[in-house]
Amino acid sequence: MPRITRSQRMYDWFERRLQIEGPIKDAALHQVPRETASWWYVFGSGAFTLFLFQVVTGILLAIIYVPSAGEAWNSLNVLNHQIPLGWYLRALHGWGSNFMVAIVFIHMTQVFLFGAYKFPRELTWIFGVFLLILTLGMAFTGQVLRFDQDAYWGLGIGISMVSRVPVIGGGLVHLLLGGPIMAGTTLARFFDLHVFVIPGLLFGFAGLHIWMVLKLGINEWPMPGRLVRRATYVEEYNRLAHEDGIPFIPGAFWKDLVFSAAMVAAVAVCAWIFGPSGPGGPPDPAIIQTNPKPDFPFLWIFSILAYLPPALETPVILVAPVLAILALFAVPLVAGEGEKSWRRRPVAVLAVAFIAVAWGEFTQLGTTTPWSPHMDAWSSDSIPVRYLRTATPLARQGANVFQEKQCRNCHSIGGLGGQRGPALDSVATRMTRDQLRFKVVTGGGNMPAFGKNLSAPEIEALVAFLSTLHPANEAPAYTPSRPYVTNSPP
Amino acid sequence: MAENDPSQPQAPTLPTADLSVLPAGAQDPRLVSRRWLFFKAGLAINALVGIGLAIPIIRFLFASWRRDSSYESWISLGPIESFPAGQTRLAVFKNPFTRPLDGITDYVACYVRHVASNQFQVFAVNCAHLGCPVRWFPQSQLFMCPCHGGVYYADGSRASGPPERGLFTYDWKIVSGELEIFAGQMPTLSNSAKLVNISIGEGKSPCRG
Repeated sequence: MPRITRSQRMYDWFERRLQIEGPIKDAALHQVPRETASWWYVFGSGAFTLFLFQVVTGILLAIIYVPSAGEAWNSLNVLNHQIPLGWYLRALHGWGSNFMVAIVFIHMTQVFLFGAYKFPRELTWIFGVFLLILTLGMAFTGQVLRFDQDAYWGLGIGISMVSRVPVIGGGLVHLLLGGPIMAGTTLARFFDLHVFVIPGLLFGFAGLHIWMVLKLGINEWPMPGRLVRRATYVEEYNRLAHEDGIPFIPGAFWKDLVFSAAMVAAVAVCAWIFGPSGPGGPPDPAIIQTNPKPDFPFLWIFSILAYLPPALETPVILVAPVLAILALFAVPLVAGEGEKSWRRRPVAVLAVAFIAVAWGEFTQLGTTTPWSPHMDAWSSDSIPVRYLRTATPLARQGANVFQEKQCRNCHSIGGLGGQRGPALDSVATRMTRDQLRFKVVTGGGNMPAFGKNLSAPEIEALVAFLSTLHPANEAPAYTPSRPYVTNSPP
Repeated sequence: MAENDPSQPQAPTLPTADLSVLPAGAQDPRLVSRRWLFFKAGLAINALVGIGLAIPIIRFLFASWRRDSSYESWISLGPIESFPAGQTRLAVFKNPFTRPLDGITDYVACYVRHVASNQFQVFAVNCAHLGCPVRWFPQSQLFMCPCHGGVYYADGSRASGPPERGLFTYDWKIVSGELEIFAGQMPTLSNSAKLVNISIGEGKSPCRG
């Protein structure tokens, strides 16, 4: 009989009371299909690891952070500049957030393309949708807790969207703000959501999500032609898991471990190299020289809101999210059986590709915001010298008008300036003097009318300048009949 | 494992109900018995206490859900001399409804346009599209929004961009040489865009502030 060591006796003492060895062994050693020990199956555990990482770094940040509208911004600066490595903890939490959102989306895409949401894992997918919404909720409320100018006005955008709800919009605004304006009670509310409510729900849903993965088994590798049928699936899966299966630990789990460690290491390196995000300027409502922009998970929404026609705004803001979430819920209920392999699901692949491209494009646009006036262009971007070298005094005066009246904020010249309106480097080839004058005075399209704000001489000078803007080898536009009307043939 | 070691005492096991010794019928958990009655009474008491507590909890949670007018009052922006005629200036006031923990966030900015001879327009800085702060450019007499490019003319009317309407305005009046506005809450489409009945002769702004 082997000698019972002291440590084993201690283990037995605890195990006799906890009785946890059995369930843990069952979970660890349950058979999973051999091909699921794949690098494609590591994103779920990676997301959960990052969530735990966020909990730990969040608790550490809360040692210093003060969730009060008057002190939050100061406490962020204390973290950044006064507490040793406070900046690093902020960076870890911020980059952990970026990675978590990204991994959650990758996990979801993988699960979708592998058909893992099909019978009997429909509820696992639906709880996963809740986890996605909660993760985005964490990202948004976390952005509010970084209580700087961007957070303040970004929250204002969110509140303005809520205000469009019919009938109860005003009440909802008061409820979210905790009062009539964005102030102390507002930040406290979002702190409560970010630190207690949403993480609590995340733990609950993630626990059930993982429980179902253990109980129902990891989705087998999809084989083209191996269809899911409610009547036979469970039996087929069990046969696959037992005849060609391996124990979950260590067979499959070692890849999860390596991936999670790699993710956390990547977060640590990114945080060290790129540092924390903000805080920007203080959340002072009286400082309006600001250019608020949401964090990357929400940039695409920011872009879409810039491009929507007015009549579609409220429906898209209020109805589209509901429809999108319902569609996600419906995926496993509508397509709960049948083909799992992406090789035989062209619509699924196209949908993912379309959403990915659209998301990427809107996010990219959100970083450059071509729809926004460049607020400083009129005073900071100079007119290229080559445009003025042969200009008449009147045209030079027109260039002054062009700068001084903020035309540059929306129109670029020489590649500098706003992109709201068209670039004007060759405007004279497109519009005659009369058309230019008419456009300046009356505006139209997306351009304000400047007739009231410019004197007649200013308009003449501006038009004189604009009509010089054409390439040397391309003649400016002109009205063919004009020379005959004015009796001065060209 | 050590479980089989005879030198170790047996693991304590939970006593399990031995249903076979009970009279037939008592095994049916649906049977109304004294114990089930007490169990249900226990549930009912908990439900009652829960409902009783839910009322104050919900009232606490929804305390800020109030009528718009309860937040608003007249507030001074200072002497009218600080707003020269023909100019539009940024003014900052302390929101009439504040709490001690607000810090700097209880200040609110607005644009005051002194049209001429004590005729004013007071605009919210919040863009009517999604609430970003618009910036005033006196040279071109335009308000421009940095977020999605909404532009307004000097009188607050829409010039271009996504907003469907002009800037939100505050009602104003002059009291003993000071410009007062009716303010108190963040202007949004839910509270500032409602149509109000305008009685003839009382030229109030069609938009509440």
